[in-house]
Amino acid sequence: MLTKRIIPCLDVKDGRTVKGVNFVNLRDAGDAVELGAMYAAQGADELVYLDITATVDGRSTFIDLVRRVAQTINIPFTVGGGISSIADVSALLHAGADKVSINSAAVRNPDLINELSLEFGSQCIVVAIDTRYIETENGHEHIVHTHGGRKATEIRSIPWAKEVEERGAGEILLTSMDTDGTKNGFALELTSIISGNANIPVIASGGAGNMAHFYDVFTEGKADAGLAASIFHFREIDIPDLKEYLKNKDLPIRMTR
Amino acid sequence: MKTVIIKYNAGNVQSVMYALDRIGASYLYTDDEAEIRSADKVIFPGVGEASTTMSYLRNVGLDKVIPSLKQPVFGTCVGMQLMCRFSEENNTECMGIFDVDVKRFPADAGLKVPHMGWNNISGYQSPLTAGLPDNAYVYFVHSYAAPVCEYTVAMCDYALPFSAMLHKDNFYAAQFHCEISGNAGQQILENFLKLQ
Repeated sequence: MLTKRIIPCLDVKDGRTVKGVNFVNLRDAGDAVELGAMYAAQGADELVYLDITATVDGRSTFIDLVRRVAQTINIPFTVGGGISSIADVSALLHAGADKVSINSAAVRNPDLINELSLEFGSQCIVVAIDTRYIETENGHEHIVHTHGGRKATEIRSIPWAKEVEERGAGEILLTSMDTDGTKNGFALELTSIISGNANIPVIASGGAGNMAHFYDVFTEGKADAGLAASIFHFREIDIPDLKEYLKNKDLPIRMTR
Repeated sequence: MKTVIIKYNAGNVQSVMYALDRIGASYLYTDDEAEIRSADKVIFPGVGEASTTMSYLRNVGLDKVIPSLKQPVFGTCVGMQLMCRFSEENNTECMGIFDVDVKRFPADAGLKVPHMGWNNISGYQSPLTAGLPDNAYVYFVHSYAAPVCEYTVAMCDYALPFSAMLHKDNFYAAQFHCEISGNAGQQILENFLKLQ
């Protein structure tokens, strides 16, 4: 049976992993390659490496790190941050990344999703959607944000999720900026709507604080994968314990020990 | 021992090379027919779309070379699908090593396509699965699959049972990605390299 995936996310700056509350106040959580290898050994199902400074600084992506990660770990990993062209994606895939995640560039130029999926195949094109529930002229709506969640767009998140799928995305990485960093749980309702509408997998991100939150996002939230960062980096939840917990609650989970 | 990874317009072959590096195997990445024919083991990886890949193979003549090889050949993912007779992905005539047609996962089964993630395989009948735990989890990413047939040597289930691995004579194939399937995938690659 296809399992629910547990994905630690490593936000990377200068080859090191960082994670902040609501993407500010960064704290150092260690070497990115070593940390990834440790998670793989612990039973992480996949890893995500996000170059969090890339979009803001206009900095090109982190090929060397990607190569070292690919050489070291034997599970899939996705890379993201500042990817805006076919050439960027080609370089990352050739360095050994299994998938790439695009966000701001897809918002700026939605055709990029079509171009990338035609060129490389949908299976390796992840569209990251950073969303926040904000006041709009229609009341309150879920609105897509870019630039690490700092910049609101005019795009509504729920139809955007459907559009990226139709344009050829192979997976959606959905981050709720409302719950991110709060440790109060994933945005269950929004995740459930988007994942329920989607014919492609949805990775839920933002707000995991305890093991029950993962159970909730896989059941009520209908997510295919759950992503978190600081709770793993600071050992508040151990991945083997989490997988054991979810398995005992009868979710399909890949056990590695 | 000489291992060749067949070079063609496939996607992420780098991961396959790194996986071989991790198990200490040396290899040559080439599309040269003489080099391929003189190899002890041939790996035919694949990420991509069936029709584009198949027309590339035809243009360079590899569509004739691969089925005529006598040493152990291991096709993975799209590599495996191209070793079948036909693929529904853009209605592509493939190499026909395995007499079975690759079909798209049914859209009406209420399941997401691609089938992406870790799923367990069972019904092992291959030397490549020696030493694997029962129901080992391996990593899949695909929208098309070969149904269970006489060449099936490991099965998986998504909407319906399908062939996770195929075997016929010197030809071996896996639908999943050994190179990123953790210790199970590494074991399968090692088993292939150990074949006599």
